[in-house]
Amino acid sequence: MADIQHLTNLVSQVRRDIVRQVHAVNSGHPGGSLGCTEFLVTLYNEIMDHNPSFTMDGKNEDIFFLSNGHISPVFYSVLARAGYFPIEELSTFRKLNTRLQGHPTTHEGLPGVRIASGSLGQGLSVALGAAAAKKLNGDTKTVFTLHGDGELQEGQNWEAIMYAAAKNVDNLIATIDVNGQQIDGSTEHVLAMGSLQGKFEAFGWQVVIIEKGNDLTSIIAGMREAISLSRKQTPVCVLLYTEMGNGVDFMMGSHKWHGVAPNDDQLELALAQNPSTLADY
Amino acid sequence: MKTYVNTGNKDTRSGFGDGLTELGQKNPNVVALCADLTGSLKMNEFEKNHPERFFQVGIAEANMMGIAAGLTIGGKIPFTGTFANFSTGRVYDQIRQSIAYSDKNVKICASHAGLTLGEDGATHQILEDIGLMKMLPGMTVINTCDYNQTKAATLAIADFHGPVYLRFGRPKVANFTSENGEFHIGKAVMLQEGTDVTLVATGHLVWEALEAAKTLHEQGISAEVINIHTIKPLDEEAIIASVKKTGCIVTAEEHNFLGGLGESVARTLSQHIPTPQEFVATQDTFGESGTPEELLEKYELNAASIVKNALKVLSRK
Repeated sequence: MADIQHLTNLVSQVRRDIVRQVHAVNSGHPGGSLGCTEFLVTLYNEIMDHNPSFTMDGKNEDIFFLSNGHISPVFYSVLARAGYFPIEELSTFRKLNTRLQGHPTTHEGLPGVRIASGSLGQGLSVALGAAAAKKLNGDTKTVFTLHGDGELQEGQNWEAIMYAAAKNVDNLIATIDVNGQQIDGSTEHVLAMGSLQGKFEAFGWQVVIIEKGNDLTSIIAGMREAISLSRKQTPVCVLLYTEMGNGVDFMMGSHKWHGVAPNDDQLELALAQNPSTLADY
Repeated sequence: MKTYVNTGNKDTRSGFGDGLTELGQKNPNVVALCADLTGSLKMNEFEKNHPERFFQVGIAEANMMGIAAGLTIGGKIPFTGTFANFSTGRVYDQIRQSIAYSDKNVKICASHAGLTLGEDGATHQILEDIGLMKMLPGMTVINTCDYNQTKAATLAIADFHGPVYLRFGRPKVANFTSENGEFHIGKAVMLQEGTDVTLVATGHLVWEALEAAKTLHEQGISAEVINIHTIKPLDEEAIIASVKKTGCIVTAEEHNFLGGLGESVARTLSQHIPTPQEFVATQDTFGESGTPEELLEKYELNAASIVKNALKVLSRK
């Protein structure tokens, strides 16, 4: 059984890590990071069978690709808190000579990162290749990915979505963070995408919907369902409905905090709403 | 003068295809991807012999580059195949982020480079690809001169760790390098020693440079001919040593004079040993429809043009 209290503590701590990282350099992307905190905490601590003694090839373990690389603050925090690198290193986020670049990269050798992302729409293709390599290697583990909903406006995704179904890629679970927001406003306003469920199903994917994408129990149930649907000759997509900025009340319900850092007062407010549970970095 | 014998015109893309077939048997980690041009890239044998290691991605080059990057995670050595235009410009950002910046061991194999794709015209002829690829940090850029060398290079890049752009073409061109010769990435090949002018060429213009050297010899001019199959990293030592003897140089390539071999040579010379240089290359233009022979004639990418430019650069010494 999942230890919900432990996950809840982690979520609170990761939220603190996110706003502190972004505040310290007055740059970065808190909104999407906060919205995906419960998901990534759950993925790395409850769902994936993975090894923090990182190897690039990731043989015989579940591996994860972050396609919407701008939510690096949550990715870095979850990796550090899972033991991939020292949590103190979070203080170097976006600073000169850091391994924690603005967007994740393999270039500086940060453990836990297997591909650079940031220029959007590329992660699913990479995951397809890694999933194919796993099959060639007789490796029965799974490839997980996360993508923004706005990111699906990039055409390369649809090449990859078509390919995955055509080639029966069934060791891949792609999660879409459906927060309905992007830089210029709501996805509905910027470029309405219609029914994502309908689109994925029309392309031949199985779709799992997690309506409460910021609720740990719902995420665990949804991801377990997704895993049960995998290895049945079709790719699996999870539509994860989240609230951008979740856990920091003044960042919720708006696209405004996509790429804006909190000031000193706002940081204090945000931290007051998320107690330190595992000690700050 | 040394004599080089054309053992019969052959297409360089077949050198790639035959090299890939051999790799399929020799190296179980080699995988191949193609975007609906299997026949054009001569990848059919590999596909037939190793269907489980061949990935037909359809007309979706961006996805192909990403899949190739992903296949390296797990230890595979992916060779992607499509036309040079669709191997570079169309997917520049995918190569930049997912392959070059991510230091993925992908071999980007590009056929139908340059004007000599012929009748299809400028939409399919790319004259900017060497520049695009050499600008990417960490990318190795290779442009082979004939069938034998293309096959040798295909085998060699599988044993080299890092992203590589391998450029070759469609037309049947002179095949004159030794069969089963070794290929050393980044090492220039001295074909003809000379004292008056250096001719540095890449791709099938290497043969044209040898032809030009013969003509120059008849006029009493001693030309040194160097095959630069690796444009990046450039064998600067070989070029500097040659111009120390000759004092002038002509570069020849089926590529725009902006961004190509000529510019790389010019940068090297300006830093180390400023030397008069002339460029046999296209002059910042798109291509057009025509037979390969007609196009090479019109755009002056042949032995006659190399001779003309050699005489010009000699007058500037």
